[in-house]
Amino acid sequence: MGQTLLEKVWDLHTVRRLPNGQTQLFIGLHLIHEVTTPQAFDMLRQRGIGVAFPERTYATVDHIVPTRDQQRPFGDDLAEAMMSALERNVREHGIRFADLSTERQGIVHVIGPELGLTQPGLTIACGDSHTSTHGAFGAIAFGIGTSQVRDVLASQCLAIDPLKVRRIVIDGALGEGVYAKDVILEIIARLGVKGGVGYAYEYAGAVVDQMSMDERMTMCNMSIEGGARIGYVNPDETTFDYLAGRPFSPAGDAFERAKSWWRSMASDDTANYDDEVVIDGATIAPRVTWGINPGQSISVEESIPEPTKILTDQDAAEISEALEFMGLRAGAPITGTKIDVAFVGSCTNSRLSDLREAARVVRGHKVSSHVKALVVPGSKSVSQAAETEGLDEIFREAGFEWRGAGCSMCLAMNPDRLVGQEVCASSSNRNFKGRQGSPTGRTLLMSPAMVAAAAVRGEVVDVRTLL
Amino acid sequence: MSDARVIEHIAGTAIPVRGNNIDTDRIIPARFLKSITFDGLGDHVFEDDRQSMPNHPFSNSSYAGASILLANENFGSGSSREHAPQALKRWGIDACIGESFSEIFLGNATTIGLPCATASAADITRLMDVVEEVPVTRFSLRIDTLVVESEQFSSAVLIPAAIQASFLSGQWDATGLLLDQFDDVRQIAAALPYVKGY
Repeated sequence: MGQTLLEKVWDLHTVRRLPNGQTQLFIGLHLIHEVTTPQAFDMLRQRGIGVAFPERTYATVDHIVPTRDQQRPFGDDLAEAMMSALERNVREHGIRFADLSTERQGIVHVIGPELGLTQPGLTIACGDSHTSTHGAFGAIAFGIGTSQVRDVLASQCLAIDPLKVRRIVIDGALGEGVYAKDVILEIIARLGVKGGVGYAYEYAGAVVDQMSMDERMTMCNMSIEGGARIGYVNPDETTFDYLAGRPFSPAGDAFERAKSWWRSMASDDTANYDDEVVIDGATIAPRVTWGINPGQSISVEESIPEPTKILTDQDAAEISEALEFMGLRAGAPITGTKIDVAFVGSCTNSRLSDLREAARVVRGHKVSSHVKALVVPGSKSVSQAAETEGLDEIFREAGFEWRGAGCSMCLAMNPDRLVGQEVCASSSNRNFKGRQGSPTGRTLLMSPAMVAAAAVRGEVVDVRTLL
Repeated sequence: MSDARVIEHIAGTAIPVRGNNIDTDRIIPARFLKSITFDGLGDHVFEDDRQSMPNHPFSNSSYAGASILLANENFGSGSSREHAPQALKRWGIDACIGESFSEIFLGNATTIGLPCATASAADITRLMDVVEEVPVTRFSLRIDTLVVESEQFSSAVLIPAAIQASFLSGQWDATGLLLDQFDDVRQIAAALPYVKGY
């Protein structure tokens, strides 16, 4: 019987079985950022421990970065203190750092891949739940907390339990105006926000085979929103083509050797899966969330669910709570829902192809007069590539703000945030209560193209009517 | 390790936090992550929920001093921020009992010595009902025998075997363990194709 990619990577990185039964797993790449590491470095200092493999560690700054004025010191003293702490820690331990002053800075899950740090067959850890993004390359990538960041800094290892694998096959082809974001929202709606607990999700099928690396990253990114700590796609020619020529990719003969090893790490045809789910890609439409977790989404053609039609009291109570918070009416169509803010950005959807698709919708239109709209590229590199293509001009002419790279309005640790009960059409990953910075702010998750469409119409609209 | 200690038993009163999928943004909103320490997080547990829900249990003085948090399904979903269990611990929570926990939250709680046990939906409902009726009810959660009990109440709980073993051996802080056989780590690393340059 063959093995899955997860099993192969796991076996190769297993140092030993720990006394409690967990695996001591070697981590090939540790990505760090300013929010979840200062306490970890302090714990190391208190214990007199150094960083075991600084050359396998790479830092960037993203969460707290202002996207408008990036002059130091930052206007926010707390943000400045976090930035200074990271600078001190990387200097003290000899860790490479994509500082704001370099061309490499950006959201950690955007720059890892674009620098070629993220490669097939690696184990990757980062103190951020969206680390699952890197699975798009056939890496096994874990989101971890600060004490585990300390563990990885100290030993380059994690103590961790094995995972089961659920293969999710997306067959057929996606229709025009339907994107990876819609696929992953559909998966989470079907399997639930805790359906993936204990599993790694392996994405496969004709739709995934056809996807670009940007699209695969969007899917893997939101695995965690379905409860799966890890999502991955087996590496193929699309993966290799993406990696060729990146700053940290192997070059020349080493690249050819790497390719044959990467191919060998893909799941075998005879691999055994703990579960399998098949979805017909042709049935997926653009999706929008109507509630307060990413599982609460519907197709743009559907109406908002009615609690009375739900079978259990608990589900009905959850829907009522969500609708009350969102200010939405059960049974009403989701199209026509008025928005106040449109946000294109975040580690889910801020890559070049995301901006291209949004720009394609926006071109020749104006942002609705009551909407504040912003585009926040995921990295300086994305920003420059977009500017070279003139995408920034398309957005600006339409009335979007064109900002500097960072996490921005996804999570409100920087100046970009909702105010009061504003409704935001957002290409980000979480519609939790308060997520975008206002305790009463409301988030509608959708693809970047759908956000662009909502921005120009001032309300939720089926993007396919604008394409 | 500096923090290592055996955890066999947690005793005290409880606080019920009803609802499924209570995410870490709700447990500790992101603005409180703008700090280079975990200090003071206990004051901001459920800050926004407490503002919008006047009867939130964390605003209810009947539950002041509680050490066991009761939860429903998928507690701690969302962000990997360890600030969530850190905030609960700093408020005074020493253990959680719920229908289920998100995986990253469970891992984070374990590494800071905050046991999370699961129980059936029926048992969680009974526990919550008891606590809401008589908030001063004292409970004992046994990590060694996997049972939660009060004078009138007893129910089995589950903790994954590896995590239970970590608490009972005092090795829930894994750093020391992971450094224990560091030569093996170097050997595994040296053999990896990508470390060798393919």
